[in-house]
Amino acid sequence: MQLSTLEKLNEARTARRAAVVVNDLSSGRAEAFIEGEPFPAEWDAAISETLRSARPALATVNERSLFLNVYLPPPRIVVVGAVHISQALARLAPIAGFDLTIIDPRTAFATVERFQGIELLADWAEDVLPTRPLDRYTALAAVTHDPKIDDYPIRAALDAGCFYVGALGSRKTHAARVERLRAAGVPEEAIGRIRAPIGLNIGAASPAEIAVAVLAEIIGAFRHRDRGEQERVA
Amino acid sequence: MTNEANIRDPLEIAEAWHGQGRAVALATVIETWGSAPRPVGSHLVIDGEGNFEGSVSGGCVEGAVVGEAANVIASGVPRILEFGVADETAWRVGLSCGGRIRVYLERIDG
Repeated sequence: MQLSTLEKLNEARTARRAAVVVNDLSSGRAEAFIEGEPFPAEWDAAISETLRSARPALATVNERSLFLNVYLPPPRIVVVGAVHISQALARLAPIAGFDLTIIDPRTAFATVERFQGIELLADWAEDVLPTRPLDRYTALAAVTHDPKIDDYPIRAALDAGCFYVGALGSRKTHAARVERLRAAGVPEEAIGRIRAPIGLNIGAASPAEIAVAVLAEIIGAFRHRDRGEQERVA
Repeated sequence: MTNEANIRDPLEIAEAWHGQGRAVALATVIETWGSAPRPVGSHLVIDGEGNFEGSVSGGCVEGAVVGEAANVIASGVPRILEFGVADETAWRVGLSCGGRIRVYLERIDG
């Protein structure tokens, strides 16, 4: 492998961008490809499939033996709102393999006592996100019901292409949210990506059950994220 | 989805070592059968002095890979190594877990 290939790969990983390295086992050549860039036509299917499945694989393309290795950013969850649901979600998420961060400017809610061992930022999303940007491998769950707190991060998550954007609130609350986003010029297609009411419909009643429903919905969105993209293209 | 943030990253180390002027080889698991302890895609990085970081087998065959790395560093020609219980090398290097693995070994050139 050329040093430049290794450098390109490490740069992508640091920037939380997905990458595939194609090793041509016959020639010993290796090339790094970053998600979102155009891939060479002959390898496009193999690279795309490796990104989708997130599984490194051997492949034979045009009689050449290839090994495709894949490097995905670790998925994470950003929760807006240091509420009861968030306390349960903060304990569940690591079990399922997600890092989790909670943002809430209301210092009465965002206390260390209620969220021991959790990354908790007692600040507005407007102040947090510029230095800690959302990305395609981040799920955003907005659970305060408060437009002043929730609306900005929801828009930021849609802009960043987060694989999941969920918002707590009744259908009525969500209808009002949709009107505000429309008025702010957010495209219909983006608004349609918001999961609301939040969480899989399992009849969740308690905060812990709602957290399970939200986490299950996040896992589903992560595992099916390619399908969503295809639908949007089509 | 494993969080390996606390484990030293072999690819970062490979780049850093190269920057220090050290010869560097990169080993990658490209195929596994049975109960191989490290998944496909795992990396081991080796320098010209035989120092290494990372793993391709959880300790069973690293010694043999590190030994072969010296040849790959000298020649610049990548090699595919196979270890498994079907191979007498496996007993020699101690892959007693019953799995088989293929490891791609290449030099970092720059």
